[in-house]
Amino acid sequence: MNKLMTAADVVGQLRDGMTIGFGGWGPRRKPMAIVREILRSDVKDLTVVAYGGPEVGMLCAAGKVKKLIFGFATMDAIPLEPYFRKARQAGELNVMELDEGLFQWGLKAAAMRLPFLPARAGLATDVLTHNPELRTIASPYADGEVLLAMPALNLDVAFVHVNRADRLGNTLITGNDVYFDQHFARAAERCYVSAEEVEDKLELDAETARFNTFERSLVSGVVHAPLGAHPTACGPAYGWDMQHLKAYSDSAAQDDGWQQYAETHVNCSDAEYLERNGGAERISQLPMPIF
Amino acid sequence: MSKPEFSLAELMIVAASEAWRNNGEWLASGLGIIPRLGASLAKVSHSPELLMTDSEAFLVEEPVPVGPRGDYQPKYAGYMPFERIFDCVWHGRRHAMVGPTQIDRWAQTNLSVVGDYHKPKVAMLGVRGLPGNSINHRNSFFVPNHNSRVFVAGEVDMVSGVGFKPERWGPGMRRDLMSIGVAVTDLCVMDWNGPDNAPRVVSLHPGVDFELVQERTGFPLLKVDNLGETPHPTAEQLAAIARLDPHNLRSKQLKGNPAGIRTAEELRA
Repeated sequence: MNKLMTAADVVGQLRDGMTIGFGGWGPRRKPMAIVREILRSDVKDLTVVAYGGPEVGMLCAAGKVKKLIFGFATMDAIPLEPYFRKARQAGELNVMELDEGLFQWGLKAAAMRLPFLPARAGLATDVLTHNPELRTIASPYADGEVLLAMPALNLDVAFVHVNRADRLGNTLITGNDVYFDQHFARAAERCYVSAEEVEDKLELDAETARFNTFERSLVSGVVHAPLGAHPTACGPAYGWDMQHLKAYSDSAAQDDGWQQYAETHVNCSDAEYLERNGGAERISQLPMPIF
Repeated sequence: MSKPEFSLAELMIVAASEAWRNNGEWLASGLGIIPRLGASLAKVSHSPELLMTDSEAFLVEEPVPVGPRGDYQPKYAGYMPFERIFDCVWHGRRHAMVGPTQIDRWAQTNLSVVGDYHKPKVAMLGVRGLPGNSINHRNSFFVPNHNSRVFVAGEVDMVSGVGFKPERWGPGMRRDLMSIGVAVTDLCVMDWNGPDNAPRVVSLHPGVDFELVQERTGFPLLKVDNLGETPHPTAEQLAAIARLDPHNLRSKQLKGNPAGIRTAEELRA
């Protein structure tokens, strides 16, 4: 069994109109090498599902997004995601805006093959007003409480970036927080992981094996993508690249800002990308952010 | 003994810390430097029972000072990644202080968009955790620039966090799990404990009068009986704040880092 693929192989599986989830959280451990490959492809009309960071802005800027299902889009230290904002303010983006916890519930419902999960989050807010497809349900028990029935967020494909993987699809996430990647993996028809390191076969001690958060049977393909989360953080290995994110953010103020950004950072090989960002050594030494 | 001098930021940190008094073993989440220092001050002074994180993924019993850490090593006491934060939120034992873009007379909040939802004038972050936080546990607000663009007339543009507006609640929905603490602004401390949860001014910062607060608020305010001044920081509190903020990040949070005691002229400038 060998699930090793290239990013181009993986992106070649995508079709127009698919619903695609991205793991990570804001500017943290996003599968950016895969995102750049999607940006280079001609796939379009995607429904993007994410705890959004720069991948959301970039896919919006490149005109790939038909609909965005999200709780937020932010780069943390730069709170407002510039190209998400641009697309949103132009009235171009069809959105399903959800509470962060409700979003998790949608993924979990999909992961458990349930039509919905009940929740209170979203009641008495405009999350209901602006998502007319969301329904409420009364508890069938004596309490009769009315709850929001969060529908399953079924994904065609999920992309997750991990620290270590093997050719069988075993994965380890060794940063301080695993975020919600295990739910993305389980909510998807197919999940592809990109990994900082890929080995033939993981052989671990018990302590290290606990960094595995979802089983390889959920993994359809493994892409070797060293520094593949850049410019987002990939703890404990490297922090986010604030210099890059700032330049990306500033580019949105110019008319051809996205074209210029894409010319430099998207329309190039992986080797060129690293070189244009100060080289692998610089990126691998980016300090972890302090909170 | 002479009274210590203090900045407005320090006055607001002390006022924020009071929000977490007598909460019990709740998770205290202060979002932003001043709310976080408020929560940290609460934990190191009057409410050591509070739970607190390092603002990333771990629980700490000693609040982590803000900014670059130098030799300081956080001392972890437990684990609290995002997924467990959600568990904690839905379970209710949490009190967050957040800075919404808009707040209305019903304590409803907005962090999503200003203007028309489908083609907003300004798109912010998105609703984030406000819907779930606000319906499940207590929330307080931090407002660094008290004005009627924040405290809006009418309803907020996109209701992201729930409030006390009856028309928003359908039959059978549980409203008893929500709770609003206070709003700590650069002018005053407010709550929503008037008749039918009407907003009230609880204390005025030095030099501020009620009329000024009303003028800069988009909805009518009540005042508590014997409306007094927000307590000044003590020397002990100022020393604790300095330890929690060794790089003086608090001085960069409010425009011009105003003094804690302002004259009427300065306030109206």
